[in-house]
Amino acid sequence: MNGPIRKLSGFVMLLFFALLANVTVSYVVRTDSLNANPQNRRVTDSQFAQDRGPILAGNTPIATTAPVQDRFQFQRSYPQGPLYAAATGYYSYLYGTSALEQSQSALLSGRSSSQWFQHMIDLATGAKSKGATVETTLDPRAQAAAAQALGKLEGAAVVLNYKTGAVLAMYSNPSYDPNSLASHDLTASKAAWEAALADPTKPLSNRAAKEIWAPGSTFKLIDSAAALEAGYRPETLVDAPTSLKVPGTTVTIDQNCGGTSIPLSQALAVSCNPAFANLGMKLGADALRTQAQKFGFGQKFLPEIGNSAASVFPATLDVPQTAQSAIGEFEVAATPLQMAMVAAGIANDGAVMTPYLVTDVRAPDLSVISSTTPKVASQAMSASNAKLLQQMMIGVVENGTGTRAQIPGVVIGGKTGTARTDASRNPYAWFVCWADDPSVAVAVFVQDAQIDATDIAGDASRPPWLAPSSRH
Amino acid sequence: MSDVVVYRKRRGVELSMLVFALALPFAGYLLTEINLHGQLPALLIPAALVWTGIGLAAHFIVRWRWPYADPLLLPCAILLNGLGIAMIHRLDQMNNPIQQSAERQLVWTVIALVGFAVTAFVLRDYRILKRFPYLMFLAGMVVLLLPMVPGLGKESHGARIWIHIGPYDFQPAELAKLLLVIAFASYLVDKREVLALAGRRVLGFDLPRIRDLGPILIMWLASIAVMVFQKDLGTSMLFFGLFVAMLYLATERPSWPIFGAILFLAGAYGAYLAFDHVKVRVSAWLFPFADWDKNYQIIVAQFGMAWGGLIGTGWGQGRPGLIPVAKSDMIFAAFGEELGVTGMLAIVLVYGLIVARGLRMAIAAKDPFGKLLAAGLAFVFALQVFTIIGGVTRLLPLTGLTTPFASQGGSSLVANYLLLALMLLISHQVRRPELTPGETPVVSLADDRTQVISTPAARVHAQPAPAPPASVSPPAPASVTLEPSNDIVEALAAEATQALDVPPAEPHLPDPPKGADR
Repeated sequence: MNGPIRKLSGFVMLLFFALLANVTVSYVVRTDSLNANPQNRRVTDSQFAQDRGPILAGNTPIATTAPVQDRFQFQRSYPQGPLYAAATGYYSYLYGTSALEQSQSALLSGRSSSQWFQHMIDLATGAKSKGATVETTLDPRAQAAAAQALGKLEGAAVVLNYKTGAVLAMYSNPSYDPNSLASHDLTASKAAWEAALADPTKPLSNRAAKEIWAPGSTFKLIDSAAALEAGYRPETLVDAPTSLKVPGTTVTIDQNCGGTSIPLSQALAVSCNPAFANLGMKLGADALRTQAQKFGFGQKFLPEIGNSAASVFPATLDVPQTAQSAIGEFEVAATPLQMAMVAAGIANDGAVMTPYLVTDVRAPDLSVISSTTPKVASQAMSASNAKLLQQMMIGVVENGTGTRAQIPGVVIGGKTGTARTDASRNPYAWFVCWADDPSVAVAVFVQDAQIDATDIAGDASRPPWLAPSSRH
Repeated sequence: MSDVVVYRKRRGVELSMLVFALALPFAGYLLTEINLHGQLPALLIPAALVWTGIGLAAHFIVRWRWPYADPLLLPCAILLNGLGIAMIHRLDQMNNPIQQSAERQLVWTVIALVGFAVTAFVLRDYRILKRFPYLMFLAGMVVLLLPMVPGLGKESHGARIWIHIGPYDFQPAELAKLLLVIAFASYLVDKREVLALAGRRVLGFDLPRIRDLGPILIMWLASIAVMVFQKDLGTSMLFFGLFVAMLYLATERPSWPIFGAILFLAGAYGAYLAFDHVKVRVSAWLFPFADWDKNYQIIVAQFGMAWGGLIGTGWGQGRPGLIPVAKSDMIFAAFGEELGVTGMLAIVLVYGLIVARGLRMAIAAKDPFGKLLAAGLAFVFALQVFTIIGGVTRLLPLTGLTTPFASQGGSSLVANYLLLALMLLISHQVRRPELTPGETPVVSLADDRTQVISTPAARVHAQPAPAPPASVSPPAPASVTLEPSNDIVEALAAEATQALDVPPAEPHLPDPPKGADR
């Protein structure tokens, strides 16, 4: 009987081997996806019960964690309430995380692979793991100015340092208070979430980077760039009929631009629709699209907030659609972030910098875990043409539609925009600009203008800090 | 018997390993308390005394009644039992107010040890068990099918494998497991020749006669009944697998396992088609995330094991309380969470050790009944471990078997300690030196010379120096019992040399048996 017993033993050995192999393979293959599953309460709870690192804007904490006496032990709070919500996102037990709280979660909770060694030491010594500190590019003055400028208007403002791509301000109005979602009172948290979802003004949406809007006349900056790249000069005369009949349609584009043949720079200064519609048809949809893509259309930026929306220039256009698109209407749509990048690219002599929101991530002992180096996203136009376009934008502010954006002692170039893509609602209003000192590019977007675009140029995009001399 | 292997008692080894087996779960208990409550348990001293007392009591029973028993079995069982109690205690802490099921499990351990002790004192020789095959079979069947009795059986978590009497719940399959192993072993020892040789050969299979096949068919039908009425694939697989394996061991015919596998697969597939609960189990196994609510248990257990990672969260620092019925069916998942993959592998290996020692014992046993019984016990234990742990870790569909020694539940604990007692008894009898002075075979060299020469005596004969047989470890007490055989050796040597007509001092005879024939 020993032969069969030996064979049976072999079979039993196989069974046990299968158990051991299965446990091992499960660990290797399944662990990560199981731990990443949002329904895994162990992970969410343990992350929630962590001394999560702070998020800073300059030296100002915009998200912090303090110990509390309840089952989660630590309470996340946002000292400025709604002000930084578009950047920080929320950190909620019931609804998870968003924006920086999501993308930097592993670092903030001290569980990223770069913190593994420290984590092991903490495990061994029994110390509670502390998360890393995320230092953002946000400037509290810029952010506050953006919020103040928008006031009660629905819209968004983005401020970039055009030399580096650092996002100095990103504000979407109306915003929400992430404190209410981070509350350990889960009933209150649920109520706040449902109220925010039910709110018709959509406070949870990030209008600054995650939604796209028709850019209106601010798109003429891209037309101008394409024209300059195609050999036009600022003084090149362009046709500016007072009433342009769009070929093949009954649509007319009417505007008196102070002459039927005016220089390109004047067309931009007075935001001449017939001239740019004409120019767009002459340059062709492909040239406009290529120029838009060089500024970043079609790409997603800011992975720190879970990627911005990609701005759109339609893939196929007939001639009348091209005319409409050239003045920033039809199906052209851009994020305020994108339009700020257009201004930034022009101001930075054609080099569009990749926008970024996190400068450094530091461990609790202040050693740097990671830091961001500014990168050029693309060269949108030649430096010489960019300088010409800078001058044209200065013209807009000095004697065009953007005069209200003037600040004494600061060189400012800008462009206004109004987009009426739907007759049933008020137009969007835009203003994009740059200043030479400090080197910032600004895009302000108002969703429901009820005002003329030139108002925005004065009210919204002239933050007090733009003239540093006046502050110091 | 071709060779005399003399085993040492190794009770000292058992005791020293027992110290680890006692210390490890107790450390788990202390860590749980410290991690959860920040202080040592209030009952530290009593708990330590009770737990050490249990271990030592078991050890002394073995030392007294089964001094030659395998030294590995008891420490392994105590280790698993202790880890189980520690984990149940840890899970108790998750309830508000804190539950006392670990204390109940400790009481059950004591009761199980009483059963262990009774076995030790009552059952002097496992061969007694051979006497009642049909009674054992009947008893086993009745116990196995007991949960199907209306009013007595209780359905829980989709399977009807429990009976409840008053406030107590029993899983009768645990007891049936033992009864049926004994019944099969004794029945098959009687019938093995008939089963193997009588009957005709059809399509390459040696089919036995119908009347010999009766109990086999009954067993198969019982397995189907378990699957259909108790809705328990695990128990069904356990018993059918056990029976097929033992049939194979007894008849030595490989056609049985092939035939059995075909029958089982057919039955399992039929059950899959016929019964929704089997479909649910299978889909929970293959696609747990397809239905969150239905497969919650298996999903959360998975989460737990993933959360535990390689080394586990540590005692008291995971959240095994989230897993439904973590204390019984899913206790292995709780270990996975708090002790990690490392802990899981270690626990599987401890089970593997028990099984390996059981099978080793089956090979060493001298009588067919002993072989069948030992192999059957080891195999049913292995199959149960495989089924439940495989189910928890998603190697198989999850079934409601208990994790031997570790799961919460008195019936399981008692049955497994009885199984342990049987294993220890068999191993004691197997390892005990055969040659006691009274039984010294009277070697008649005139009658049986060639056979005798093939014993170790032959080696002595080859090297006629007065050294003891090579396989006997000199310092072992066992060698004392061999002393009479030294006389035989000398007598043998003398006889042989006379027969061979060579001087006694002549070393290294080339081939003694041949020489003897000359």
